[in-house]
Amino acid sequence: MRTIQTQTKDDEGFTMSGKDVALYDQFASEARSYGVELTEASPGAVADAIADAIEPPAIGTPLPWDDVELPDCVETNPTPADVEGAVTGVTGASLAIADYGSVVLEMTAAGSEPVSLFNDLHVAVLRESDLVPDMAAAFEWFGERARESRGSAIVATGPSATADMGALVQGAHGPEAVEVIVVS
Amino acid sequence: MSSKRDSKAAHIRHIMETEGEAVGTNTRGFNAGRYESVAKLEDYEALKEEARAIKADAIERLPELVEELTETVAENGGTVYVADDAADANQYIAEVCAENEADRLVKSKSMTSEEIEVNERLERDGVDVVETDLGEWVLQVADEAPSHIVAPAIHKSRAAIADLFNEQFDPETELETAEELTSFARERLGELIQDADVGMTGANFVTADSGTMALVTSEGNARKTVAVPETQVAVAGVEKIVPSVEDLQPFVELIGRSGTGQDITSYVSLLTPPVDSPTVDFDDPDTPIAEGDTDREFHLVLIDNGRMAMREDEDLRETLYCIRCSACSNTCANFQSVGGHAFGGETYSGGIATGWEAGVHGLDSAAAFNDLCTGCSRCVEACPVGIDIPWINTVVRDRINTEDDPPVSFLVDGLTPDAETSGPGLQKRLFGNFELLAKLGSTFAPLSNWVANAGPVSRALEAAAGVAHERDLPEFQRTTFREWFEAREAVPPVDPDRKVVLYPDLYTNYMQVDRGKAAVRALEALDVEVLVPSVPGAGRAPLSQGMIDTARDKAERVAATLGPYVDAGYDVVVVEPSDLAMFRGDYERLLPPESFEPLAENSYEILEYVYGLLANGADADALNVTDGETVAYHSHCQQRTMGLEEYSTAVLDSCGYDVTTSDVECCGMAGSFGYKEQYYELAMDVGSNLEDQLRDADCDHVIASGTSCTDQIGDLLGEEPTHVIELVAPDGGNA
Repeated sequence: MRTIQTQTKDDEGFTMSGKDVALYDQFASEARSYGVELTEASPGAVADAIADAIEPPAIGTPLPWDDVELPDCVETNPTPADVEGAVTGVTGASLAIADYGSVVLEMTAAGSEPVSLFNDLHVAVLRESDLVPDMAAAFEWFGERARESRGSAIVATGPSATADMGALVQGAHGPEAVEVIVVS
Repeated sequence: MSSKRDSKAAHIRHIMETEGEAVGTNTRGFNAGRYESVAKLEDYEALKEEARAIKADAIERLPELVEELTETVAENGGTVYVADDAADANQYIAEVCAENEADRLVKSKSMTSEEIEVNERLERDGVDVVETDLGEWVLQVADEAPSHIVAPAIHKSRAAIADLFNEQFDPETELETAEELTSFARERLGELIQDADVGMTGANFVTADSGTMALVTSEGNARKTVAVPETQVAVAGVEKIVPSVEDLQPFVELIGRSGTGQDITSYVSLLTPPVDSPTVDFDDPDTPIAEGDTDREFHLVLIDNGRMAMREDEDLRETLYCIRCSACSNTCANFQSVGGHAFGGETYSGGIATGWEAGVHGLDSAAAFNDLCTGCSRCVEACPVGIDIPWINTVVRDRINTEDDPPVSFLVDGLTPDAETSGPGLQKRLFGNFELLAKLGSTFAPLSNWVANAGPVSRALEAAAGVAHERDLPEFQRTTFREWFEAREAVPPVDPDRKVVLYPDLYTNYMQVDRGKAAVRALEALDVEVLVPSVPGAGRAPLSQGMIDTARDKAERVAATLGPYVDAGYDVVVVEPSDLAMFRGDYERLLPPESFEPLAENSYEILEYVYGLLANGADADALNVTDGETVAYHSHCQQRTMGLEEYSTAVLDSCGYDVTTSDVECCGMAGSFGYKEQYYELAMDVGSNLEDQLRDADCDHVIASGTSCTDQIGDLLGEEPTHVIELVAPDGGNA
């Protein structure tokens, strides 16, 4: 299962020699097994891809990268009323873990945590270069960050779920559907 | 005594009738999921070893880690409070609530909060405490206790939850499906979370280096519990601390797989509180959340409540490695039948609960269910941190025995020449001193068999010692295996390939003599020299009753007898798997290494040994070969834990048999357990799964490896199966 070498971290993040097809395919396949939909888009096409993915009304937190932005139809400075009324929440994902199909959602002061949590659909935007092979690589990355900046993050795999009501149901307290827009 | 056993039997019967089906379906599903999920890991065993090493190190350095974590959390802007006990913790949490003028506290699932009963304490102060985990909320509405440490409402069916909600809340449209129930609960709890003042969580792990806590969840309620209110309280046992963030990795990979059979749960929250996320104030709906309050309050309440003393207790210490994954519950055949309402104490349930309850609530709480661990050992390989859970159960049983009054009957003392300095009680001593019973039974066979199974004696044994009258007692043979061996006129192989001491375990020697004879024939046919010396019982029977001193005494005598043979180059071959498990495993606890190691290294299960002979060039044609006869095989629980099942199936395969194996964890008999009056029905319930599988297999032969399994299958099918060696030994298994 873990045949891919752990990436080494440099100052810019994880070095990727071009597009790692095997790694992406593994991530996509694992994520799909939890019902997550994936869309690939170039930086310039991300806004359109997000606009296609969302169900309005949508709220979001600004993406932390210079070359990609959210479409206008996403409210990026939401109020609690917006949180309650929205169907979709859009946030960035800092990292993704290929062999689990997980995305890592860092908590931001802009409110990425409630935006990714309260609505039926969560759209996560992920840079393909932030894909790591396994849990060990993810914790190597997060360990440094947690000690330095004392931040928090959620390793999210598929939508929220419960089996407490006698059968598996998706959409327990959190989103019932997750889409990942992969910026390649 | 007898009425105590009657009421125990009645309690177990009631739980099986009302909750058994839901618990059984769910736990067996989790258990099957575990096997599937861990098989996907590239190196499951290495990951478990890594996890265990991290826990061992953390518990070793616990005082230092508590100090480090306290400083780290203070740096982060939070507070650590180390509470000596439940009352201390509750007082602190009540003060936090009072200072915040809290009307409502919302909670995510936390067994530690159940342990300290914080809900009741806060409710006394007028705080509205709301469980937000859907399973916990169901129980809060129903006013019931958890029956499972991970899936607390596992005993309730969908229909029962629907009835509960419809009755309690009288919704406009009657609720029926799991989707409707979930959606109803989500709406209702969502509103309650919105205006909560304090959010309380547990913590699966807390890292000393950064103050990061990991919460392993699937529903999203823990995330909301942290994200919305301004004040967060986390309640965690001191044992939850690990040194660094990177140490979380093996646990995150193991916990879901080991518990509910999920590769990973939906959310693993890695929170370094007080978190940076702004609070969401639904009372102020129009101020952007980015302008919300980030000046959060965080209190980490670390609970001692007996844990630091457990750390000093050599036998209970490993309990603190437990990550509460529930693998030991789900894999346990008895738990699958009754769940945590019978197999559990004040707070915790399942195999490891004996350690927790003894440590945090005391021996009385552990005593209520400790007998339900039969020592089958299936939980040991399932435990992601490799805790020897049966040993903890044995030790606690011994301590409970010590608390009981010693028996006064001279008859009992005569029949129970054990090394116990105190009183395990008549039932335990009767079964624990099985060696003497077997000797007497054999000497007076067949008379003793007729008498023991005759109505009046059978009833008297039940009344006095709690031996279930439904069971036929083991049938003792007049000529023991050793007597047969000594008297036979056989020519040993000239120039044998190997030399073997065939251990005359009590069951083979006094009752299942035919399997001993078959073992001799099979070994000699494969050019092995066989000796059957007089060796004492292995001590399995007393150990299973928590009579550790007696077991140690037996172990010392066995090692003293077999040691010289091992030194002289003999291999020790064992027919009874539970005795081999003593030699290879339990003796490590009972003997010094110089006695334990040579015996453990040179002991083999009979079919493991035959397999080795065949693999080294012996010819299977010397055995009883067939062309495609079908066999249904139930391997022994401890044999499977030792990884030895495959040798039996491989030898059967080499001999031309077409083998179907059972996949139940245990037959239900488990030594003397199924003979005990109060557990007879449970043992038969556990056995019914095996019965179904063996009947469905519809094979030419039914075979087993353990004496208990043989007895149990005999009772289930009405015909006693033979041992594997009897099928493959030459001459068709007849002497």
